[in-house]
Amino acid sequence: MDLLNALVVLANFVLIPATSYGAQLALGALGVTLIYGILRFSNFAHGDTMAFGAMVTILFTWLFQGWGISFGPLPTALLALPFGIAGTALLLLGTDRAVYRFYREQKAAPVILVIVSMGVMFIMNGLVRFIIGPDDQQFADGERFIITAREFKTMTGLDEALSIRTSQGITIVTAVIVVAFLFWFLNRTRTGKSMRAYSDNEDLALLSGINPERVVTITWLIVAALATIAGTLYGLDKSFKPFTYFQLLLPIFASAIVGGLGSPVGAIAGGFLIAYSEVMVTYAFRKVLDYLLPWYEPEGLVQLLSTDYKFAVSFSILVIVLLFKPTGLFKGKSV
Amino acid sequence: MTGNPWQDDRGNKDRSITKSSGAGGSGDPVRHRTMGSGAPRVTDGPFLIGDNMTGGYGSGADILHGCTLAVDPGQIAVIVGPNGAGKSTAMKAVFGMLNVRSGAVRLEGEDITHLTPQDRVAKGMAFVPQTHNIFTSMTVEENLEMGAFLRRDDIGKTIAQVYDLFPILGDKRRQPAGELSGGQRQQVAVGRALMTKPRVLMLDEPTAGVSPIVMDELFDRIIEVARTGISILMVEQNARQALEIADRGYVLVQGSNAFTGTGEELLSNPDVRASFLGG
Amino acid sequence: MSASVRAPLLFAAVAAMFLFTGFTSSWNSALGIFNMGLISAIMALGVNMQWGYAGLFNIGVMGFVALGGLGAVIIGMPPVAEAWAAGGVRILLGLLLALATILGAVFVWKRMKPGRWRGVAITVLLVIGFYAFRAVFDGGVEAVEAVNPAVSGNLGGLGLPVLIGWPVGGLLAAGAAWIVGKTALGLRSDYLAIATLGIAEIIIAVMKNEDWLARGVKNVIGLPRPVPYEVDLQQSTDFLARMQAIGADPVTASSIVVKLLYAALFASVLLLLIWLTQTALKSPWGRMMRAIRDNETAAEAMGKDVTGRHLQVFILGSAICGLAGAMMTTLDGQLTPTGYQPLRFTFLIWVMVIVGGSGNNWGSVLGGFLIWFLWVQVEPMGLMLINLITAGMADGSPLKDHLIESAAHMRLLTMGVVLLLVLRFSPRGLIPER
Repeated sequence: MDLLNALVVLANFVLIPATSYGAQLALGALGVTLIYGILRFSNFAHGDTMAFGAMVTILFTWLFQGWGISFGPLPTALLALPFGIAGTALLLLGTDRAVYRFYREQKAAPVILVIVSMGVMFIMNGLVRFIIGPDDQQFADGERFIITAREFKTMTGLDEALSIRTSQGITIVTAVIVVAFLFWFLNRTRTGKSMRAYSDNEDLALLSGINPERVVTITWLIVAALATIAGTLYGLDKSFKPFTYFQLLLPIFASAIVGGLGSPVGAIAGGFLIAYSEVMVTYAFRKVLDYLLPWYEPEGLVQLLSTDYKFAVSFSILVIVLLFKPTGLFKGKSV
Repeated sequence: MTGNPWQDDRGNKDRSITKSSGAGGSGDPVRHRTMGSGAPRVTDGPFLIGDNMTGGYGSGADILHGCTLAVDPGQIAVIVGPNGAGKSTAMKAVFGMLNVRSGAVRLEGEDITHLTPQDRVAKGMAFVPQTHNIFTSMTVEENLEMGAFLRRDDIGKTIAQVYDLFPILGDKRRQPAGELSGGQRQQVAVGRALMTKPRVLMLDEPTAGVSPIVMDELFDRIIEVARTGISILMVEQNARQALEIADRGYVLVQGSNAFTGTGEELLSNPDVRASFLGG
Repeated sequence: MSASVRAPLLFAAVAAMFLFTGFTSSWNSALGIFNMGLISAIMALGVNMQWGYAGLFNIGVMGFVALGGLGAVIIGMPPVAEAWAAGGVRILLGLLLALATILGAVFVWKRMKPGRWRGVAITVLLVIGFYAFRAVFDGGVEAVEAVNPAVSGNLGGLGLPVLIGWPVGGLLAAGAAWIVGKTALGLRSDYLAIATLGIAEIIIAVMKNEDWLARGVKNVIGLPRPVPYEVDLQQSTDFLARMQAIGADPVTASSIVVKLLYAALFASVLLLLIWLTQTALKSPWGRMMRAIRDNETAAEAMGKDVTGRHLQVFILGSAICGLAGAMMTTLDGQLTPTGYQPLRFTFLIWVMVIVGGSGNNWGSVLGGFLIWFLWVQVEPMGLMLINLITAGMADGSPLKDHLIESAAHMRLLTMGVVLLLVLRFSPRGLIPER
């Protein structure tokens, strides 16, 4: 019984939150890694792209809520998601035409594109704040819980409760669907394979008749979808605040790098690795230990690091992985 | 430092923000599109000819000086010569990868001097670069599929033909091409080029870095390909072996033709033997 | 336009912008912007050293700036005797234990043969070390933070003149840069960008949470100044008499005098740094740095220690950022860890360097002044613009209200646009390297 209670506590406070956070990071890192693979630079504007996507989705959610449209027990934001993706896709393609394409034609060094993406980051950041403001926004509706704590307790008769929020459930399910679709696309379709070919060897891809501009356009479309979905899910799960999206850059980059930049599988593995470590290192294990080792009376909360140091966790894992595997966990399998 | 300010990366090679591998290193002409369609047709003359070509990379100094290369259907033409003679450059000029300032390239009498390499692929020319000639992260079969990217018809038959030609590739079709041995990689590279059903196959030192046994086998395969009616134009370091299978040989020195003749003629020419074949 | 005419003209234009602000609004605000412009120019010099000389991509400028600020606090603030008595020694002991653990682990790593036993030994050592550190350290922290938490709750500083804090701030930043550089530049591939991004966030997290150090988010205020206080000036008969003589309002004058004194201090630091960096750039060392940057392989083949030089220039550049950070904290008179935002303290500095001209010290200085001026002035200008646009709209319309409210965010947008325009049309910056 104590063992079960301990497991429930662990699941409630560590496993479920970390899994949904990991899914959000993985989706974000997939976007970063795709751009890195195809366009060969790290996109600093990615956090703000996520914020922009989430913002458009929120605006449509409010519109739908105003019209009285709802999605039953599910959040209305899911209905607004396609519109958010479309809006973000327009923005990204517009940015590519107006900004990035010139540098591609000049065959600019990748690091110049990184600096360009800084400029885009400023603009997107300003745009999001200009349109929706820098404050917290609430847009979640529908049922809040799949299983509430009380339901779980009456159902199982345990002392400890497991509650699963709708947003967590949706995050995990959506992430699985999106990732499955992405992998099917990259590995099974002609267009997906041409993207991988272009990433692997640009010159040979050109010799094979692959049109680089088409590859780039499709990449931005996919990135728009990934970023909007990741941003919206994160907003549903936590809350929407433009600045937090900017701060997500570090864990997202860390995930992509730990997994091996350019590798989609790596991005997913990296996302979960970072998420689990962040949550586990900053979780106070006292309650779990109380059940498992009743005779052991720990002094404090048995928390390795305070939650404010979660950045330190992403960072340390990054350094450790790079020290032992300089190309990340999954190298060679570039996009 | 290059003249282009956007290419100046100040020596930064930070892997966490930039990806250097797989990027295109070739000069601008690869993407540069200028159509030269209304060119006059010359009906006689060889199937493919790079006629009196002079030119170099970008706006740099000329590397080729009035160099001529030609090949007919089913023939094997081999370009040999000392290091730095412009062998690869001459072939790249035929494929449109550098600026040809005077002279012309004609395929079946049609002037294709100003077509991009991609357009030449569509015209039935295929090129196998010396290095980076396969998609290392993709499987053998995916490499072949990418070779046929421009084709809209069923490519299954062509894939089967490539596997007939290179049986080892059929066995390893699901393996990433990057995990294969050097000789097998070259087979993948040639196979990829054959996927467009080309009429001309251009090979840049196909036997570089492979063992002599593998080299003999590769040459056998190339002869086999030529027998199907495909013209072959290739650059070779191993001059003697290459000239042995050549219908036509070109010895280049400093960007211009020094000797031209059939493979046998060149092999028996005392000047060629003395200067390039080691006596 | 030749470079020799272009640079002075551009500087004159920026100077004119400051003078214009002085004449049209107030000399007080013009000087205020100018002082931060001086500091921004120093930060830009630091980043230019790393990016312009050596191509190192440091996006953790914020962290080094914050560490510099910490340096000023540690040197300038008076010590809290009570807190030292309560747990100061224990905290120091804890930190020493942590250091010993890390050194021990490094020692084991170097001395033992690679293999499973080495891993086990290091893990055991680190785990024991961590718990010993927490056991000693936590108690000390609790005791210190309990001491009069409303005003102190920290160990305070050394109570030395705050000017000493400037080089110390630079040293702190240099130390952090050494750790980052050793790790990131030593890897087989370069991973400096992500490492600096991470370390900056960690530094800010430490400063926010370790209350015993610099009061965390409760902020350190009332940092002693290297220049007199306005209030003291206003009460000095000598000062009043002089102001009377030139017919100036003593309140405004006192604040201008203080700002001028700061400006003199900062300007002398900036001039010294420009002289040093220009000399360095022209010296054999600078030529070698540029040789490495332009062709690393060739430089390596000639026997140059590329990683070593990179580490050196990275530390130097970070130290300059730390120095600027200490100066800024001194100017503000307070340390507010929540005020350190990457957009403002990392990426804005990058905009200054790129806009000014990568690799050119004068360019960085110009970029520092120009971009800082824009950063401050775009907000009122944006508001004016929005007011102009919305003038035709009905008062109280929600769109008008929203637009006016959001005008403040125009500055981010503007910075992005400026950066992109310069990169597109003048990619080498306003004052190119050569």
